[in-house]
Amino acid sequence: MPSPDDHWLDEEAGPVVRPYALIRGRTRPTGETLDLIAIITAVRGAHVDTTALDPEHLAVLRICRLPTSVAEIASDLDLPLGVVRILLGDLQDRSLVAIHHPIPPARLPDVQILKEVVDGLRRL
Amino acid sequence: MAYAASDRAAGPGRTPVTIKILIAGGFGVGKTTLVGSLTEIRPLRTEEPLSEPGAAVDRLDGVERKRTTTVALDFGRITIRENLVIYLFGTPGQDRFWFMWDELARGALGAIVMADTRRLADCFPSVDYFERRGIPFVVGVNCFDGARRYRRETVRSALDLDPEVPVVLCDARQRGTCRDALIALVEHALQVLRSRQAYAPSSGAPPRAPAAEPAP
Repeated sequence: MPSPDDHWLDEEAGPVVRPYALIRGRTRPTGETLDLIAIITAVRGAHVDTTALDPEHLAVLRICRLPTSVAEIASDLDLPLGVVRILLGDLQDRSLVAIHHPIPPARLPDVQILKEVVDGLRRL
Repeated sequence: MAYAASDRAAGPGRTPVTIKILIAGGFGVGKTTLVGSLTEIRPLRTEEPLSEPGAAVDRLDGVERKRTTTVALDFGRITIRENLVIYLFGTPGQDRFWFMWDELARGALGAIVMADTRRLADCFPSVDYFERRGIPFVVGVNCFDGARRYRRETVRSALDLDPEVPVVLCDARQRGTCRDALIALVEHALQVLRSRQAYAPSSGAPPRAPAAEPAP
């Protein structure tokens, strides 16, 4: 019998643990961490083996018919970022999504793009 | 790296350019309100369990027992044009969520640090954080009703800001003033990037600004 002190799971743990069960306890996607604002697009015409994927994988693919940021996917699916990153890693391994990494500001090909941002903000 | 898109191939109009801007400041200073005033979509939220890997264990000082808790991230979006999008992220306001800051700050263009003149010290940690990492920021002095109005120079000297750091007055509930704060930030970041590029070797390689990257 576990002692009461071992009951570190309480009702609060539910929404935390379930998503990690979903990804079979994996806590770390392979490869580098996806930025919150990396843009994910489902690869058109790719063969999707629905029997090999979980409903959450398919939900990600549905959302990403239009280019969508990692943060927005997490928010739309109401899943923690860590879980979404693992789902995306699975989809990437199957070549079902294209990932566009954000360009760090210091490596923008042309800082003039920020002038365009300023002009765009002024029109708001 | 297996990713198809090369950063170098990116350019206006073709590949998406996404820009991350942080809204920082003390707890309850109006960060979420500011994000809500500017976003074109309903403010979004993701929740991260604190026990997630990556959460630095040594930053849980003072937490007596391991507990499952979550840190919420509020964010919004502004589309400048197709393939040019700004994301605004409110930073977690409590010190125990510092580990999220490094994730948020990675690759960020800059930050608006919200300051409430009634509790000015609450924004010190944010100012410190961005200064130490060389991330451009502006200070937005939130003009709450009933808040004593201070001159911007008073706030600047109280925060011991470098002279080039803009201080703007803004009301988080009023879109126009929030937009102006954002413009001030982007213009400031533009200047900072330009001055760093001016000192970078002109080898054709993209200028690097190591100071802009958060410490590991």
